[in-house]
Amino acid sequence: MSAFLDALGRVPPLLAQHVLVSMAALLLGIAIAVPLAFACARRPGLARVALGLASLVQTIPALALLALFYPLLLTLSGLVGGGIPALGFLPSLLALTLYALLPILRNGVTGLTGLDQSVLQAADAVGMTRAQKLRLVEAPLVAPVLAAGIRTAAVWTIGAATLATTVGQPSLGDLIFAGLQTQAWALVLAGCFAAAALALTVDALIGLVERGLATRRRRLWIGGLAALALGCGLATQPLWPQRGDQPREVVIGAKNFSEQYILARMIGDRLTRAGYRVSYRDGLGSAVAFEATAAGRVDVYIDYAGTLWTTAMHRHDSPPRAAMLGALKDWAATRDVVMLGPLGFENAYAFAMKGDAARRLGVRSLADLSRVASRLTLGSDLEFLDRPEWAAVRDAYGLRFANMTPYSPTFMYRALGSGRADVISAFSSDGRIAADRLTVLSDPSHAIPGYDAVLLVAKDRAGDAKFVGALRPMLNRIPVEAMREANYRVDRDDAAKESPEAAARWLAKRVGL
Amino acid sequence: MIALDRVSRRYGALAAVDDVSLTIARGSFVALVGASGSGKSTLLRMINRLEDPDSGSVTIDGRDVADQPPHVLRRGIGYVFQQHGLFPHMTVAANIAIGLTLTGQPVGDRVGEMLDLVELDRDVATRMPEALSGGQRQRVAIARALATAPPILLLDEALGALDPVTRDAVAGRLVDLHERLGLTTLLVTHDMAEALLTASRVLVMDRGRIVADATPAQLVAGEGGPVAQSLMAVPRHQAERLAALAR
Repeated sequence: MSAFLDALGRVPPLLAQHVLVSMAALLLGIAIAVPLAFACARRPGLARVALGLASLVQTIPALALLALFYPLLLTLSGLVGGGIPALGFLPSLLALTLYALLPILRNGVTGLTGLDQSVLQAADAVGMTRAQKLRLVEAPLVAPVLAAGIRTAAVWTIGAATLATTVGQPSLGDLIFAGLQTQAWALVLAGCFAAAALALTVDALIGLVERGLATRRRRLWIGGLAALALGCGLATQPLWPQRGDQPREVVIGAKNFSEQYILARMIGDRLTRAGYRVSYRDGLGSAVAFEATAAGRVDVYIDYAGTLWTTAMHRHDSPPRAAMLGALKDWAATRDVVMLGPLGFENAYAFAMKGDAARRLGVRSLADLSRVASRLTLGSDLEFLDRPEWAAVRDAYGLRFANMTPYSPTFMYRALGSGRADVISAFSSDGRIAADRLTVLSDPSHAIPGYDAVLLVAKDRAGDAKFVGALRPMLNRIPVEAMREANYRVDRDDAAKESPEAAARWLAKRVGL
Repeated sequence: MIALDRVSRRYGALAAVDDVSLTIARGSFVALVGASGSGKSTLLRMINRLEDPDSGSVTIDGRDVADQPPHVLRRGIGYVFQQHGLFPHMTVAANIAIGLTLTGQPVGDRVGEMLDLVELDRDVATRMPEALSGGQRQRVAIARALATAPPILLLDEALGALDPVTRDAVAGRLVDLHERLGLTTLLVTHDMAEALLTASRVLVMDRGRIVADATPAQLVAGEGGPVAQSLMAVPRHQAERLAALAR
């Protein structure tokens, strides 16, 4: 229960962001859909096209729609010479706006085409201009139907906004994603609870407006609108500009697994002690995290040499560690990101099997695995099968599995435990490898590049000596055994499970920081 | 004076109004009678440009109706139609005053005067249209059409949806208003009896053309041609049967 209350404590700033992005999307959706609905009501051809497109958008999963805006905005930004943020608020706003269009548009068109023809004819006959007819007759008569559409759109938008987390926009989804990843159900519950409460409240208030409009009770709908505005104002209070010129808070990025959460908290603790205000951007996608840092939206985060090497630099070779880190540092500098250095451990992709199964099949290396792979099922994380590392390993050893199934990391280990997967693409710093007595297969052909964890800092912060000074002690300080144990403290699912914050404090003590 | 000069209006291959020329003198009460689809409503609606002719011209006092924006033209012409078309989201008072508020004229006691004129209780001013009976709504529609004191009143089956008793009362009220306000009134109806009892001139339309132009007395005397007399057959037969019952 106290874990749930703690999780609720994290709600206000995220709720503020959630309200901001979903209400901005709703307003923009209204601004587009309402005039469009009026135009559609006069032109059936336009109505078919507009409603068709809006329905089509609705069939795209919200998560994919959000993700699609990232390359789209990146390309657009490239075309106009930069300056358009491809991450965070803008892509979330655009995707959610598209999502909000359909219900408003559909209700608007249905409402307008269903208006009593004799009333419209009377409007003409008494000598109304087109604008007067719109303002005095069509708008007030269609308002309740439109309000119902807006109500639906609001609920959808608030729900879909939880997914904005994945493109770097803080939202209540931060709690849900972080909780799912570390199996901290109190966090998931707090995020869902807050999002549901927000949706129900907004739904009820717009419902009030709708009823006021339908029954022509001015006080009711104005009251509903005022309550909505007041609520949004209060909910976004944490985002209001602070008095005095406080320094900009440091944004610490983290991808979507426990190690990232732990290291982000460790960085946060050190910076807080050095006098900085910090906030966390958790659950970032792999590509998103680096781009966000290059754009200065994230100030500092941890990435892995091999990941950047293959996916961002598009290199296919596997040079020795020192050469690779050197090349990486030079490349990062060209993207306005400063690589402070390695933390001292690797988190490489490591193919792992249950120890007894590996012994029974006589598999100790990836080369051995290729002999028996055609009878086995590979469980991977969600992105592995699409990554160049997988292509490199597959081609180097000629791996052909009977089946390949992606899981979120936690469930990948469960799949191995339950026998639904025979081999998994584990991570070498994962505490569950030792805890579950897994056999890690060796890589005799060196197909997988080195995965040194490296500390990356946005260019703007790299010039701040106090900032860099607070982080430098972490370099070459964290052995893989310490990281594994810290990870296991968060990933285990028994009573000894810890939060990333606690594991970060334990890790700091363990390595003497 | 309203004048139509060789006016035609087609819907695809069908000529709703076929080359009609006609003048209506100021101050007259003219009824336009015909079966459904004879083109009488289309003819009426071309006077206030709810429809535009494909060819020919409509003039009012020598001025072509197409010379001015439609909303300006319509503000000078009262129009009442069968489905009353009251604005459901406005009170009776706001409905009646709409012509004045559109042009920014003061409303003053005009709503009350108009309610008196159509013999409705002044209390209904604050009610919504849905709270009125069919006859009351039609009277409000007439009051709305006359509130700006237009010189011309067009009635498109305006009494068609009313029960016989109300219909008779409202028709009588209309004739009275026509006289008192010096209106030029055009009444479209499919009911020959209604035309005979209200108008001083009856035009009979058939398939887009005017086939008879006569006074009620002439029609009763058997003039006006076969179409007019076939329309006369119903009220005449009814009158004969009623007379037979009285015997």
